[in-house]
Amino acid sequence: MSLAIIDSGGANISSVIHALKRLGAEPVFTRDAETIRKAERVILPGVGAAGAAMARLHELGLVDCIRALRQPVLGICLGMQLLFEKSMESHMGQKQVDCLGIIPGTLEKLQPSAGVRVPHMGWNTTTTVKEHPLLNGLPENPWFYFVHSYRAPVGDSTLANCTHGETFAAIVNRDSFHGAQFHPERSAGHGARLLANFMELS
Amino acid sequence: MSTNLARRIIPCLDVRDGQVVKGIQFRNHRVMGGIIELARRYSAEGADELVFYDITASPEGRSVDSDWVSSVAEVIDIPFCVAGGIRSVEDARKILQRGADKISINTPAVQRPGLINELVAEFGSQCVVVGVDSVLQDGHWVTRQMTGIPEQMQQTGHRTMDWIVEASQRGAGEIVLNCMGSDGTRQGFDIGQLTEARKRISIPLIASGGAGSASHFVDVFIQADVDGALAATVFHNNKVPVPALKQMLSAAGIGVRL
Repeated sequence: MSLAIIDSGGANISSVIHALKRLGAEPVFTRDAETIRKAERVILPGVGAAGAAMARLHELGLVDCIRALRQPVLGICLGMQLLFEKSMESHMGQKQVDCLGIIPGTLEKLQPSAGVRVPHMGWNTTTTVKEHPLLNGLPENPWFYFVHSYRAPVGDSTLANCTHGETFAAIVNRDSFHGAQFHPERSAGHGARLLANFMELS
Repeated sequence: MSTNLARRIIPCLDVRDGQVVKGIQFRNHRVMGGIIELARRYSAEGADELVFYDITASPEGRSVDSDWVSSVAEVIDIPFCVAGGIRSVEDARKILQRGADKISINTPAVQRPGLINELVAEFGSQCVVVGVDSVLQDGHWVTRQMTGIPEQMQQTGHRTMDWIVEASQRGAGEIVLNCMGSDGTRQGFDIGQLTEARKRISIPLIASGGAGSASHFVDVFIQADVDGALAATVFHNNKVPVPALKQMLSAAGIGVRL
């Protein structure tokens, strides 16, 4: 099965590639719109800031290409956040960043409080709120590895949420677009299961 | 509870010349095993994260040798952090591109604190860990640099508590506090110093130095409220096996990933 990982400018892509290879996939790391359009599966990874990532997608002319994809797409971490409408993460003097707008809602900064450190960094459990093939075989409260400072709003597209001070969307789905706030490629067995489920989506 | 975030158990692999080594109070290093072999073992045993410290990189004035970083990234499915002589955005990019999840800076951040800001702007806070080597001197905790080679170890002129606040204000996503007085002694973590550090910063704080038994981990999580605890020798020699440690932490009411 052909699998494209979008070269969205984040530096840390090889862990995603290695995780997919461990599952027997042969991912292609690309910024070419045609390759992305033709792939049977597309992953939008991302480590870094929303503004820089969106600027890069615009520069590469990939924004409309991504919005038009109909095959299963998985956004990971920042890649999931980019699926939403807006992020309050400031960029080059701008107070907010327009994202891909596929899932309604705005990313807000996580707020530290007693016992709640930001960034949200480490292993946390999610709670499933909607059944979906992406969650097949996972326990009700699987462990995943999170590293982020902004939170996605819980809404109709939320499959599972997570609480770190506030409750936010941890796994999302809308049409053919899916997203995971955590890093499945670094989440041991549960993460590998989610990636395998993504590869098997029909 | 407002979060289920697990307290992290972090084996640290000090790397020198392609081998994992361990010294006592940063001296007299002994070879503990191969990098990949230990990475695989800890990953399988349920470690939450690994830190690889290229301890000779900074004193030798070179960046971490990144070839083994790719090999580690291929075999493990838990996050790992690489430290050692990362002096620029480009050095960091190389490490991250090879599959590391975070980079940790110590000496270069002390020498040029603006490096923290530059790395944060490029990769985000969540990628940037600041390691601090701290000793008690004349009643104050102060930081040291170039700790990998004893003859080159230097004072830095920073008070530890001021420096961790500054690092956090510059955007560091996590502080690893290596308490050198207890490092390698196996007498327990430096609860006093870590408690003090905990009060000063709201970003994740990782305890390092002094672990000798599983009960030391219980103590540091309960008493100093750290987010993770890092150790080397007790894991390498299997004195504290990770699975048994996690069972003990869980039984003590400390939230861990089992």
